[in-house]
Amino acid sequence: MNNTALKTDLRFDVAEVRREFPILARTVHGKPLTYLDNGASSQRPRAVIDAVDDYERRHHSNIHRGVHALSQEATQLYETARDRVKGFLNARSRSEVLFVRGTTEAINLVAQSYARPRLVPGDEILITYLEHHANIVPWQIVCEQTGATLVVAPMDRHGEVHAEAVEALMTERTKLFACAHVSNALGTVLPVRRLIRAAKSRGIATLIDGAQAVPHLNVDVQELGCDFYAFSGHKLFAPTGIGVLYGREAVLERMPPWQGGGDMILAVTFAKTTYNSLPYKFEAGTPNISGAIGLGAAIDYLSGLDLVGAHAHEHALLAHATQALGGIEGLSIIGTAADKASLVSFVVAGVHAHDLGTILDEDGIAIRTGHHCAMPVMDFFRLPATARASFAFYNTFEEIDRLRAAILRAQSLFA
Amino acid sequence: MELTDLYRDVILDHNRHPRNFGALEPADASVEGFNPLCVDRLTLRLQMAGERITDIRFEGQGCAISTASASLMTEAVKGQTRTDALALFDRVHQLLTDDAAPNDELGKLAALSGVREFPARVKCASLCWHTLVSALKTPDAAPPAVCTE
Repeated sequence: MNNTALKTDLRFDVAEVRREFPILARTVHGKPLTYLDNGASSQRPRAVIDAVDDYERRHHSNIHRGVHALSQEATQLYETARDRVKGFLNARSRSEVLFVRGTTEAINLVAQSYARPRLVPGDEILITYLEHHANIVPWQIVCEQTGATLVVAPMDRHGEVHAEAVEALMTERTKLFACAHVSNALGTVLPVRRLIRAAKSRGIATLIDGAQAVPHLNVDVQELGCDFYAFSGHKLFAPTGIGVLYGREAVLERMPPWQGGGDMILAVTFAKTTYNSLPYKFEAGTPNISGAIGLGAAIDYLSGLDLVGAHAHEHALLAHATQALGGIEGLSIIGTAADKASLVSFVVAGVHAHDLGTILDEDGIAIRTGHHCAMPVMDFFRLPATARASFAFYNTFEEIDRLRAAILRAQSLFA
Repeated sequence: MELTDLYRDVILDHNRHPRNFGALEPADASVEGFNPLCVDRLTLRLQMAGERITDIRFEGQGCAISTASASLMTEAVKGQTRTDALALFDRVHQLLTDDAAPNDELGKLAALSGVREFPARVKCASLCWHTLVSALKTPDAAPPAVCTE
């Protein structure tokens, strides 16, 4: 990639974008904040903060029940957020957009409501080696409940998952295939289009964990053709505690409710309850109304951005970071797939990731250190932990240079 | 809050050259300690003669703070009685968490006092000590593993 050309050709104005994110102006330990932990959680633009604030100050009430003005306003705002998500994912219908707490809850919902009633001993669930724990453990639980088996497709030493290797494991026993769109620990972009096609042609249901993908890639669920797509709001510049499960309407219709309670029913007697229609059948209880409104505002904000420019900027950041960090003696980049989202996982010889995290923090640099909730990936590379710098479009080349300088300082401290 | 206060020369030295590192066979007690947050993992093995710790060694992998703390601990408690070692645990625990803790008579262990300014790292320093307590307080040879979460 021609890094210099990208830097000069951009219409995307990073300085202007950064002004929309108030937190980026703060200092940490007296240094300007260098926030490179976007893979864990990204920051919120003013538009999201204001939308949540406005809701809390002027419109808060419970939704779908009151005839009074506030309830109607809150309902309107909440349902408008659903429409924003529908547009963002290009879902066919708003009935296909379920609000949940986050990716983890979305996957657990599918495990318990889709997989559990269908699976019998001998059936298989297929995942890949680089999954986040949230796309491993819910399937282990459902395997224990049903007698089904969890099958894991391999990855290579670059952290790549090859479609042929996954397809070879798709058999008549495979009932569900679940994989990450982008690996949180390595940055690898998986060949999900091909994998979904392969699964569909064999009658296998598909779930894509999009938590790390939605901030970096355009996602079109109709084009992908998956049955389920899950993501979290807080990695998409929205508040925590709100996420989305997209499900194909025909599939959701055939699934029993996951949780029972208010809002998911049409009529309740002690003898029989009639469930509400989609998407409300899966939204028991009072939801995270302000979170959903914040998510809608985040999507609105993104739709006003030059996303082509933003994505190009992220790729330039990745290229710059790969070069800047890769050139440090004793530093090894973990995850060197050809197609990567903008994050760099690495280890520094002689400096444990946890020490590196503390040393960088003193310079105001926030990165993630640890196993990234992907312990099998760490075991694969025989590492206890890595350091991970994960970028958003508001990050700068200068911040990556600051990261490089701080890593060099850590090395000299430990030399 | 200075990095050099956390990573004092004693800490860096014991991280680079951990003392009493390796296996110990046979052991009268062997305990595993695990910090799931930062994935520090160590195995502590003791040889006892009655109430006295005659030998102690550790193995595992961890950050500089956890490695140095374990190294310093094994140096400090080797030769001590069970009661002395448990009393030392209390003093070190206080040192790691209480700003007003006295650090006199702690010798090299006083180097751990910088950790308390870095709350996220206290568990790194205390993992080996909790593991030691488990080994000393459990009479049989295989006490339960220790987890600092």
